[in-house]
Amino acid sequence: MISVAELNEWRNAAKAKITAGNAQGPAMRIVVGYATCGIAAGAAPVLEALKRELASLGKTDVLVEEVGCIGMCQYEPIVEIYAPGEQKITYVLMNAEKAARVVHSHVANGKVVAEYTIGAATGEAKEGEVLPLTQTAFYQKQRRVALRNCGVIDPESLDQYIALDGYQALTKTLTQLQPGDVIQILKDSGLRGRGGGGFPTGLKWSFTAANAADQKYVVCNADEGDPGAFMDRSVLEGDPHAVVEAMALCGYATGATEGYVYVRAEYPIAVKHLEKAIDDARAKGFLGKNIFGSGFDFDLFVRLGAGAFVCGEETALMTSIEGKRGEPRPRPPYPAVKGLFGKPTTENNVETFANVPQIILHGAESFNCLGTQKSKGTKVFALGGKIQNTGLVEIPMGTTLREIIEEIGGGIPNGKRFKAAQTGGPSGGCIPESLIDTSIDYDNLTAIGSMMGSGGLIVMDEDNCMVDIARFFLDFTVDESCGKCNPCRIGTKRMMEILNKITEGKATMQDLDKLEELAYHIKENSLCGLGQTAPNPVLATMKHFRDEYIAHVAEKKCPAGVCKALLNYYILPEKCKGCTACKRACPTNAITGSAKEAHVINNDQCIKCGACQATCKFGAIVKK
Amino acid sequence: MVKKISKLPFNGTPEQAAQLGKVIAQHKHDPSQLMTVMQKAQGIYGYLPYEVQVIIADGMDIPLEKVYGVSTFYAQFALSPAGKYAVSVCLGTACYVKGAQAVFDRLCEELGIGAGECTEDGLFSIEACRCIGACGLAPVMMVNDEVYGNLTPDKIPAILAKYRG
Ligand SMILES: Cc1cc2nc3c(=O)[nH]c(=O)nc-3n(C[C@H](O)[C@H](O)[C@H](O)COP(=O)(O)O)c2cc1C
Ligand code: FES
Repeated sequence: MISVAELNEWRNAAKAKITAGNAQGPAMRIVVGYATCGIAAGAAPVLEALKRELASLGKTDVLVEEVGCIGMCQYEPIVEIYAPGEQKITYVLMNAEKAARVVHSHVANGKVVAEYTIGAATGEAKEGEVLPLTQTAFYQKQRRVALRNCGVIDPESLDQYIALDGYQALTKTLTQLQPGDVIQILKDSGLRGRGGGGFPTGLKWSFTAANAADQKYVVCNADEGDPGAFMDRSVLEGDPHAVVEAMALCGYATGATEGYVYVRAEYPIAVKHLEKAIDDARAKGFLGKNIFGSGFDFDLFVRLGAGAFVCGEETALMTSIEGKRGEPRPRPPYPAVKGLFGKPTTENNVETFANVPQIILHGAESFNCLGTQKSKGTKVFALGGKIQNTGLVEIPMGTTLREIIEEIGGGIPNGKRFKAAQTGGPSGGCIPESLIDTSIDYDNLTAIGSMMGSGGLIVMDEDNCMVDIARFFLDFTVDESCGKCNPCRIGTKRMMEILNKITEGKATMQDLDKLEELAYHIKENSLCGLGQTAPNPVLATMKHFRDEYIAHVAEKKCPAGVCKALLNYYILPEKCKGCTACKRACPTNAITGSAKEAHVINNDQCIKCGACQATCKFGAIVKK
Repeated sequence: MVKKISKLPFNGTPEQAAQLGKVIAQHKHDPSQLMTVMQKAQGIYGYLPYEVQVIIADGMDIPLEKVYGVSTFYAQFALSPAGKYAVSVCLGTACYVKGAQAVFDRLCEELGIGAGECTEDGLFSIEACRCIGACGLAPVMMVNDEVYGNLTPDKIPAILAKYRG
């Protein structure tokens, strides 16, 4: 049991311990981005080199720590140095040698190695100058609320969470607020669900609170099924206590005493950090019986998913926690009435929860001052695909897609042209160039035929074929359909067959109409959100890129040059020696040309067998 | 999703059986822990052959068809053993738009096997997975725990050669 005064004392002491230059703190604090992306990029040898070189210099007063995702995946491994009286310095694209040099120059002699810093890597800083991360184009338009601690604290340290006001919201709530007050603050904040649906969170909690029952539950959805999205992973890896604290708050507000976090098994580091956070919180009395002596009991358990997209759907998720095949259940009854194990349950997304402690601690206004009329606060996006700065970005609602792509994202690499961005993953739709000035909020995105989704934002350039992308997403849903209802199980398969015909150049114009008709039928008649949204990527691409579909069907051409069956063989005149080998190999006499002169393929006669390409010794025959 | 079921004979050791027995004893009073037990069983045996599913069904007192139903529903449960080097290529969206399919095709071609299959010498198996969280390095693949990023089809043979030794 711990009092408010004790918690404040703990916070101050914990803060001193990590503040560089403080009497109780280290001389310097060095952090290494050690989330999945950082490790994949090679953070381990960097960390090792830092420790080794520091030891060789006898620098025992320098603190080296592993932190969560700093946000710039493209520039991993990242090392940041906090030194007293200095701006934080961000070193990017590190390796062991660079790390050693930083130790010897920056740590030992106070000389920043400018050429390894972020400004040099992005080309924004003048030679020899150092630009703080916060002043780069990547960072300037971001606002970190849900990600505030990610990349800042050691996620395995309860102490450091406490240092940055951790568990203050829970203490304040249990000592000063009634459950109804918590719900009212959330309602006033305007927070809406970040898992895709955008349902007002305060309202959702009030439904569960209103249902009396002997047992209620809180569930956190960390299944993150959208392939190519990693917001929730980053939060759990980088700031797991925020989710633990929020779930306890939810338990208090709704009258639940137990909570489950359902995490994708593919996220081992997130699971490890979360489990440690729960154990530590329990050991210090932030979870368990009679928290802070308030009489409120709350405990948390982790359950691992096993790779089924449909388990991200709330009712399927609960079925899965019960140890069964994760098939969705019809709603109503809604989870607030009959959820996990048949009891009233509140289910929220990781990012939704991560916002809650801040809102409770600093008040509704601290959150609803950000964003648009109907979408308050910030949203985290996992920016990926054909974009310069891949990474995790958190922007205030209302930011335009153009700002995200051109400023934060740094535009499209290799001088290519932007074609479309996909939000909402396999349930969402694409946003074409003509709509790039759309400001991002729930309602705007729905209005243009896409959706907010959980935060995946994949950028595509002129080399991507939109029919192929639609086929990719549909292939995903066909694979992931749980099979319980016919429209989804059979319908998506039929759509897939038509799309395959289109990408193979075998479709007719009637097929396009059939595809659209099927799509609407599946949307209307499927049991759960998976089927109801599965046709979206197809419908959105048909709406915005119809000419591309028509090119595949009528002209049998793939304008982006992706669909293999539609590619033609060409002879590069500058490489062709006129040896006539291809001409002799061609079974349909489609190749003309005389000896020692460049040959030509007649595409009307060509059956694309590839025999010519296989015989050419000069690499003169290409497919495009 | 259709799963490939292994035809290889099962050869579990008594140590493995003892380990599994402990896991079952710990959870048998809570049927909602079936997936946890299966996950741990897969950790012990590397996959979930019929024989292991029978042990779990008997131990947890859950009908075998329920256990089998769960094993085929979730992508994570493998009914065939993986190769010594399990290669998984990410076909998540970020990787796909950057050409992961061509990487995947090349890998299948080089090894002469398809997704969910294992080479005859037991050295390699291939799997397609969805987002391993390294989208910044797309396209990526993993060989056991080692991550390879910024791939092109032409980089595949050299990577495989490293493991062929
Ligand atoms: C097919 C399908 C997949 C979903 N996947 C996820 C997911 O991965 N993560 C998530 O938080 N919500 C997902 N959802 C939405 C959940 O059903 C639910 O609305 C959400 O988790 C509620 O939390 P929120 O109000 O905080 O957003 C999915 C929904 C559907 C229909
Ligand atoms: S999509 Fe491949 S790592 Fe994320």
